[in-house]
Amino acid sequence: MDIQIWTYIIVGLTFALYIGIAIWSRAGSTKDFYVAGGGVSPLANGMATAADWMSAASFISMAGIISFAGYDGAVYLMGSTGGYVLLALLLAPYLRKFGKFTVPDFIGDRYYSTMASTVSEICAMLVTFTYVAGQMRGVGVVFARFLEVDVNTGVYIGMAIVFFYAVLGGMKGITYTQVAQYCVLIFAYMVPAFFISIQLTGHFFPQLGFGATVDDGSGVYLLDKLDQLHNELGFAEYTSGSKSTIDVFAITFALMAGTAGLPHVIVRFFTVPKVRDARKSAGYALALIAILYTTAPAIGAFARTNLINTVSNKEYASVPEWFTNWETTGLISFNDKNGDGKIQYVGDTEKNELTIDRDIMVLANPEIANLPNWVIALVAAGGLAAALSTAAGLLLVISASLSHDLIKKQIKPDLTEKQELIWARIGAAVAVIVAGYFGINPPGFVAATVALAFGLAAASFFPAIIMGIFDKRMNREGAVSGMIVGITVMFIYMSVYKLGWFVEAVPPSSEWWFGISPEGFGTIAMIVNIVVSVVVSRATAPPPQEVQDIVEDIRLPKGAGAAIDH
Amino acid sequence: MSNDNKMKEYWKKNLRYLTILLTIWFLVSFGFGILFVDTLDTIRIGGFKLGFWFAQQGSIYVFVALIFVYVKWMNDLDKEYDVHED
Repeated sequence: MDIQIWTYIIVGLTFALYIGIAIWSRAGSTKDFYVAGGGVSPLANGMATAADWMSAASFISMAGIISFAGYDGAVYLMGSTGGYVLLALLLAPYLRKFGKFTVPDFIGDRYYSTMASTVSEICAMLVTFTYVAGQMRGVGVVFARFLEVDVNTGVYIGMAIVFFYAVLGGMKGITYTQVAQYCVLIFAYMVPAFFISIQLTGHFFPQLGFGATVDDGSGVYLLDKLDQLHNELGFAEYTSGSKSTIDVFAITFALMAGTAGLPHVIVRFFTVPKVRDARKSAGYALALIAILYTTAPAIGAFARTNLINTVSNKEYASVPEWFTNWETTGLISFNDKNGDGKIQYVGDTEKNELTIDRDIMVLANPEIANLPNWVIALVAAGGLAAALSTAAGLLLVISASLSHDLIKKQIKPDLTEKQELIWARIGAAVAVIVAGYFGINPPGFVAATVALAFGLAAASFFPAIIMGIFDKRMNREGAVSGMIVGITVMFIYMSVYKLGWFVEAVPPSSEWWFGISPEGFGTIAMIVNIVVSVVVSRATAPPPQEVQDIVEDIRLPKGAGAAIDH
Repeated sequence: MSNDNKMKEYWKKNLRYLTILLTIWFLVSFGFGILFVDTLDTIRIGGFKLGFWFAQQGSIYVFVALIFVYVKWMNDLDKEYDVHED
């Protein structure tokens, strides 16, 4: 059977599964809708959290980025997984004990201020919308390649599916659908990885094959071979990378703090019954994420080796079929600069004749390695599962912000539970449409805004929440001024050094402050936030007694109860 | 011992656990994977340079272990100070 029929079958089956689960687990109350009734088991919650976190970017782009960046790709690996450690140790148990629905809920109560809650709400919306647009685009790209439809049609199909189960099921529907999506995506990611690892190195586990010898009788280690190929072709050595140490440090830290501050991930810890479960659930989530994150760098190295072996110095006339397939999508292009009919793929941009979009590495990898058609179709289903699960989690945050934080708390406090549920559904519907719009008309600055989203989370929520828990003396004045200064510094740096606003042109990397790129600047903005918060809070009155009591209370697990409404 | 003092002690122990775990967290990622990567890269384990391995594999395994150790320590501590749920 050809790839397309396999794709229809496998993608069709998984979609039927998601919709079936959504109908079976639809939400009956606001508590079901926001936090799945607060009764999800830690393992199920761990799986849902893992699916929530692993987006189209983790599934489709990450191994590709590592494949081209080599050692430098480690910032993404350590950044996200290390962020989970911060989340599990410093945030999850305490926020679960606090027991409200959203991050602005916590900021608003802890800092007894609507302004603090509004600032954090705007950040939450900005972070979430940036993310969700990228997911819808990912869905479109996968459909476009494998079902041979237009990218926009792909986005419409994705919108229809997400609309159905997010609006109907709320958090409860999403949680159980995400459990299924985790299984689909991890299976789809691992199967080709096992195949390719065996082909290249003779080891079943890619994590071991990564450090083993190439299975061609030469006895050369895979990574040594890759370094050697890179040296010959004039690329930076694979295992050393090219970023400066301070920049790698800053980017990793900003990604960690950003990960721990992502609202759609934090909210997952409100869905388990107890503080103890919140702790355990973070552990399961990271273990389940680690399966993909330790495989990704292996896939990156395998794909890089296969790619160079397949194309470098080969006759253009005799390239394999996958090359031509991807050429029609415009994601691979060949320009025979010296007219010898061979593909020169080298580090020197003057002489290089091949341009490859790094996003296609995971999707094209099974084709490059000549794997059976059903494996290729499975990868498509996995990419869709990753994109849809993250999109749904994000949409729920947007819908909760609208119905709970905005309408219920600020506009119409006498909203009945039933009305609030209707508003939550309207919110989810609006969010799907807006996300779809951005998926079809992606703003040119998507890449910049994703970095900005992480930077903002690192510069605003993360320190505000941590200090809210660990520093009893932290007060409204300190936290609000810290957040505002942090966000402003982050925004200005990003505008100038990434987008080139307010200046003639985007300044070169030699002008970066402390040699830190805009992606890593969240670390500096976070430090600025903390310094400002501490100084201002010590110069102003301590928080009122009842707020200090809240802090005392969230530090002890006893009496967490269910996530409570207010 | 008064209840208040007991709670202070509980919190202090919690902070000590966090310090230990986060020190390891920092050491394997920022230490071995970034700051000392060149030194560690002179040591090889199979096909891996050690620093590279910590950056792309080892730190992640340690992270998973850290969370489970934390879960165990905290659950025991909660019982010891009688602040556990149910």
